[in-house]
Amino acid sequence: MGQVTPLALLKKGAEARIYLACWHGKKAVLKKRVPKIYRHRQLDETIRSYRTIHEALLIHEAKKAGVRAPQIYHVNLKDTTIVMEFIEGQQAKTMLASLKREQRKELCLKIGQAIGRLHAYGIVHGDLTTSNIILNGEEIVLVDFGLGSKSLQLEDRGVDLHLMKRALQSTHYQFAKECFENIISGYTEVMGKNDTEKVVEKIAEIERRGRYVAERKQRV
Amino acid sequence: MKEKAYCLGIESTADDFGVGVATFTGEILANVTDSYIPEQGGIHPREAARHHAEVAQKVLCRALDEAAISPAEVKVVAFSQGPGLGPCLRTGATVARTLAAYMKIPLVGVNHSVAHIEIGKLATKTKDPVTVYVSGGNTIVAAFDSGRYRVFGETLDIAVGNCIDVFAREAGLRREGGKPLGAILEEAAARGERLIALPYTVKGMDFSLSGLLTAAIAQLRKSECRVEDLCYSLQEHVFSMIAEVTERAIAHVEKHELLLTGGVASNMRLQTMLRAVAEEHGVKFKVVPKEYAMDNGAMIAWAGVLAYMSGIVTLIEESIVKPKWRVEEVDALWVR
Repeated sequence: MGQVTPLALLKKGAEARIYLACWHGKKAVLKKRVPKIYRHRQLDETIRSYRTIHEALLIHEAKKAGVRAPQIYHVNLKDTTIVMEFIEGQQAKTMLASLKREQRKELCLKIGQAIGRLHAYGIVHGDLTTSNIILNGEEIVLVDFGLGSKSLQLEDRGVDLHLMKRALQSTHYQFAKECFENIISGYTEVMGKNDTEKVVEKIAEIERRGRYVAERKQRV
Repeated sequence: MKEKAYCLGIESTADDFGVGVATFTGEILANVTDSYIPEQGGIHPREAARHHAEVAQKVLCRALDEAAISPAEVKVVAFSQGPGLGPCLRTGATVARTLAAYMKIPLVGVNHSVAHIEIGKLATKTKDPVTVYVSGGNTIVAAFDSGRYRVFGETLDIAVGNCIDVFAREAGLRREGGKPLGAILEEAAARGERLIALPYTVKGMDFSLSGLLTAAIAQLRKSECRVEDLCYSLQEHVFSMIAEVTERAIAHVEKHELLLTGGVASNMRLQTMLRAVAEEHGVKFKVVPKEYAMDNGAMIAWAGVLAYMSGIVTLIEESIVKPKWRVEEVDALWVR
């Protein structure tokens, strides 16, 4: 089965190495979760295999939810590797700043819709950053589901969107507010007004739980 | 010869009351701290504030003695304006305002978290690091970008020092020989052998410690495992989470230095883990020296110098303390 040839290191991420690879003659991505020497071996193995399994499962589920995610070709639990489709296109992270306001709005609406479809189906992504969102043609493709889970709980949905908001604030602070509002608009189109309002309230609650949040003072 | 300029810094965010003296060129001439040590339990804000008021004069005089300067030579007074415990902050602020008004010198309100980052940079000669700031009240991974220190990862609930201290007290560990509770737990952890599974909760760039603390205490109450093993497991899980989000921040921001600062920085296991992360990504790893790791007045004095030299002055009528003041709300005009 293991007909995969790593060709070049595309990205040395925090958790995994992403290689451009050849899978039975097809252009593919090999994602390898490398052992972390700083972690206790037992804990390290648990984390790596758990995330590898979950990522593959959730990517598969995401498609049922109507969200584009890479095709999975092969999962190897022993090496904690996944071979998957190579997604052409650009990361939202590198695009956002160069887009005009209207185009940015368009993109954020689409991101919001994709998140909405995942949540409606019962998946939370767990690591929504602009690096994990790829624009392929007109379509949004979500990658990196390693921290995701299956959940319909309001708390998990809230955390998911809270992470998106935090990622925008730390990396795209110039237009974080505008982008997040548009993401929420897109989300509302899928989830409906009622459910969205509940999630937005939840996000505020999660923020209040954090350290040193001014809003906490207003709590009744 | 030009007269030397001095800034006096007053720290009082939590259990430590500290006074430091820094020159405008970054020499630390004095750093005196007096800590409130509760007989049992954690910090009671009112009791800590009472302690600060009692020792303020003594600490202030000792700092001036240590620096060998007269009060008249102090050009600026800086104080910790937040974040921290309200009653404690107010005590330090009152001392600072009084000095500034009486001596007719400018007052500078300093953000405590920014001060931890700046003293770390000064003492380790780092220029533009990813900073891991770990203490009893804070656990953040921050880096400078476009005028401010931005938080790339942080705890979603309690701080790491808080988590460690609460568990240590629950486990019956006590301060001894002047060592903080965290150091006692670290020693117990060094005698641990078996890894007990605890919740490992990384959520994107952030992490949560409250569930882990609850689970660890529940294990303790079941008394099925050795306390040393639990201390060991707690450290392994908590520090792995911090190391993971640190690694994510490094991969994300592409800086070349990693700085560990704050009271928990002296933990050797955390240092070992972060050093491994730094080596893996080819960045320099620096740890703040011990005397500037815990809360201290010197860092407030130095952050006060930086702010004052960038034209920042706090009017007394605007010097109200800010217990919830986040690091990314501060315009770090002095950086670059």
